[in-house]
Amino acid sequence: MMRPIATTRSATGIPTGRLAVWWVIASEIVIFGGLLGGYLLHRFGHPEWATAAAHTNTMAGGFNTFVLLTSSLSAVLAHAAAEKGEGPKAAKYLGLTMLGGLVFLIVKSFEWTYEISHGYTITANTFWSFYYTAAGLHGFHVIAGMVIMGFVAADAMKNRELQRVELIGIYWHFVDLVWIFLFPLLYIAK
Amino acid sequence: MSSHAEGSHDASHHHDDSHSPAHYVKIWAVLLVLLGVSLAGPEIGIRWVTLITAFGIAVVKAFLVIKHFMHLTVERKVAQYAIGACFMLMLLFFFAVAPDVMKHWGVNWHNEAASNMKREIERSEHHAPAADQAHAPADGAGHPEASAPAAATH
Amino acid sequence: MAESPSHAHDGHAHAGHGAHDGHGGHHEESWFVHYFWSTDHKMIAKQYLVTGMLMGVIGAYFAYVFRMQLAFPGKPVPGYGLVTGADYNALVTNHGAIMIFWVAMPVLIAAFGNYLIPLMIGCDDMVFPRINRLSYQIFAISAVLVVASFFVQGGAFGGAWTAYPPLSAKAEYSLTPAGSSLWLIAVALEFVAFLLGGINFVTTAMNSRAPGMKAFDIPIAVWMIVIASILFMASVGPLIAGALMLLFDQMIGTGFFDPDRGGDPILWQHLFWFFGHPEVYVVLLPAMGFVAEIITTFSRKKMFAYKTVLATTFATGLLSFFVWAHHQFIAGIDPRMANVFSVTTVLISVPIAEMCFVYIATLYGGSITFSVPMLWALAFIAEFLLGGVTGIYLGSSGADIYFHDTYFVVAHFHYTFFPIAIIGSFAGMTYWYPKMFGTFMNEAWNKLHFWVTIIGFNGIFLPLFITGASGDHRRIFDYTNFPELDTPELQSLRVLATVSLLVMLVIQPVFLINFFYSMFRGKKAGANPWKANTLEWQAASPPPHGNFPTLPEVYRGPYEFSVPGRDEDYWPQNSPN
Repeated sequence: MMRPIATTRSATGIPTGRLAVWWVIASEIVIFGGLLGGYLLHRFGHPEWATAAAHTNTMAGGFNTFVLLTSSLSAVLAHAAAEKGEGPKAAKYLGLTMLGGLVFLIVKSFEWTYEISHGYTITANTFWSFYYTAAGLHGFHVIAGMVIMGFVAADAMKNRELQRVELIGIYWHFVDLVWIFLFPLLYIAK
Repeated sequence: MSSHAEGSHDASHHHDDSHSPAHYVKIWAVLLVLLGVSLAGPEIGIRWVTLITAFGIAVVKAFLVIKHFMHLTVERKVAQYAIGACFMLMLLFFFAVAPDVMKHWGVNWHNEAASNMKREIERSEHHAPAADQAHAPADGAGHPEASAPAAATH
Repeated sequence: MAESPSHAHDGHAHAGHGAHDGHGGHHEESWFVHYFWSTDHKMIAKQYLVTGMLMGVIGAYFAYVFRMQLAFPGKPVPGYGLVTGADYNALVTNHGAIMIFWVAMPVLIAAFGNYLIPLMIGCDDMVFPRINRLSYQIFAISAVLVVASFFVQGGAFGGAWTAYPPLSAKAEYSLTPAGSSLWLIAVALEFVAFLLGGINFVTTAMNSRAPGMKAFDIPIAVWMIVIASILFMASVGPLIAGALMLLFDQMIGTGFFDPDRGGDPILWQHLFWFFGHPEVYVVLLPAMGFVAEIITTFSRKKMFAYKTVLATTFATGLLSFFVWAHHQFIAGIDPRMANVFSVTTVLISVPIAEMCFVYIATLYGGSITFSVPMLWALAFIAEFLLGGVTGIYLGSSGADIYFHDTYFVVAHFHYTFFPIAIIGSFAGMTYWYPKMFGTFMNEAWNKLHFWVTIIGFNGIFLPLFITGASGDHRRIFDYTNFPELDTPELQSLRVLATVSLLVMLVIQPVFLINFFYSMFRGKKAGANPWKANTLEWQAASPPPHGNFPTLPEVYRGPYEFSVPGRDEDYWPQNSPN
């Protein structure tokens, strides 16, 4: 399919793809904002949730934070490589980012398995409902990001569509940002 | 991760410093240090210290990612405004809804069900064995309590 | 190559128009790809339009059934049967949801936005054509799901389009376990479709303008659709979060909105209305944009104060985020917040009124042609003013204590929504029809349709202001259960409303037949039958794939009508001289 001429114009000075990604991020901010805002409202109003929150695994959460921060590093290194036109190198860094996402999800699945098997299910009480919903929505965005990143990396490997490396990177950084806030909310505030 | 080794090679290239791999690695290292501080904060045990280290550091980390990884601060204004506006909207949402959802009593009313949550939480703790995580719970979550039935509303 | 002007609707395609049966495009497209898999913004626009029209028929049918029940309680409704209480709730719920999410939004924003934006800004398509196609497909699935909810066990969701928990959260209360979740998933998918579409619209309009088209050369219709898309994207997030939470409450038994489990039903209300209020401006703005285009063209005058219109639109959009709790005045919110929201609500009437004044000033002194689009545009202004002023009563929290949940509210929002969704759509359809299909609709039949629709509409809702102020509560399926409301005076008003609806419905097939018949047999229209200035009129009717053989350059604003010293009373944006 031919790319329309529309895509090549840039009256704002921002390339079309990147402008679109910023709008995506803006709409995601209000989605997560609504969910986390709802959680915060309840959390402030229910100090006794600290009892439930005590059972989250801070080490797992902390390790996952480390993983996501490092994957953000590899994402931005991919961007740096793409800017220099080094497609295969950018693809390699994107692959590392995806690997980080995978490690994140694996740690989370162990974490959740442990918690569920100990009775901390999504219906146990509303703290846990928020915990699984918020982390789950975030995890869904991690998976979606990994899938898209795979396509971008495949193209980058062939030195094609290198501008998309930056774009998927921006999305990935946003996913990291959400986790940067989720981590203290769910794991530290006890 | 070979990024460390890579970074020192590329630092000499023509990119200005803020876009060089070495710079990104430096920021990453700062982020990890901050992560460590936020993990250590609760160990001190003072609630306010914990909150400041946890959330204050989250804000700092977020700013670092936004500025150095996403380059939002050098992006055209329209994108900055769009992102900033949506964030402001979330603050609006939180503060406008807080009087209704966060508070459980007023001059003329009391949210009975919310008070019963405390019992509900403690009851659900009975299904779980005593905490065996890295952190001991702040209060004794495992101690048995007469499992009073939740206030009936049906 | 001309694009075939016909299009498919709900599964079966029409044959191409006799004279030009070619397929547009750089390559030969199969019939299936052309109608169902196209990435061309004009085809996607028509897909949205036809789907929206079909859903409009369904929503109107529901209104027919429940109004018949209200006028003749307990009598089987012809074409439906006996209406039980549960039936009534499902009909009312889905009438509202369908009309807003599956009629107003797809027609006003998705159909016209898709069709007009690339043409009006002088480019060849949207910036992300495949995402555009995907957005329609997701939308179509959501439409199928909401209709399917009527055929599952337990029936369709009946908890009102506002879906307040605990009724909406617990099957033991709603009695529609499958229907509730299907409905919610349908709404969520519709949101996703419009988020995707909105990103396309905003990015395209911001970036892909023709060379020379500066910000204030952009037609107001485009500004309005873009600002509406931004409002939507910024407001729908909390409700998506809320919908996820409600879905979990429904399907897996969480307690997000259950006070016994530590949740709070008021949180849902806030999540819903934080979106719900900007949503009404999301649909209002495009309708006002169409009216702007029509009144300038048919009064041969420039917009009285273009920048003021923009400024008031920004003000309205911004303020729209600060008024939402006026839907919750008596829900038990903090009374101090009710004060705040009362002030902001009354305040928001100011920029909108200003916009209406600018429109009236635009008409003043103009050389007015009462074409069918102009009739619709004038009707919009008149009817919307009535809706707007009744909103002041409701926005004042003291008065709202009485009016809330009465038919006064129903009449108010129909005096706003009907102009927006129905009058605005007819205005847009009759104005841009020659462009979309290359032919004219029959004007006489359209005028008949206009007058009967308007008279019918007022006949429905003026009585309902009165019944509402007299105490008729909303969402009651049988007033014979309420002795103080079961009076002959009130009942005769309810019957009057229903009869007016029947009159209004009877004339709609005239429009539909005119719409489809004229595609094949209408008088041929040229590129610019209304002698307008905006770029879509400088393309062929209908435009080919790629829209313009040579992409235009812009030299002036969009409303240069009756410029002194020129032979013609219009001056297209892309004419070099």
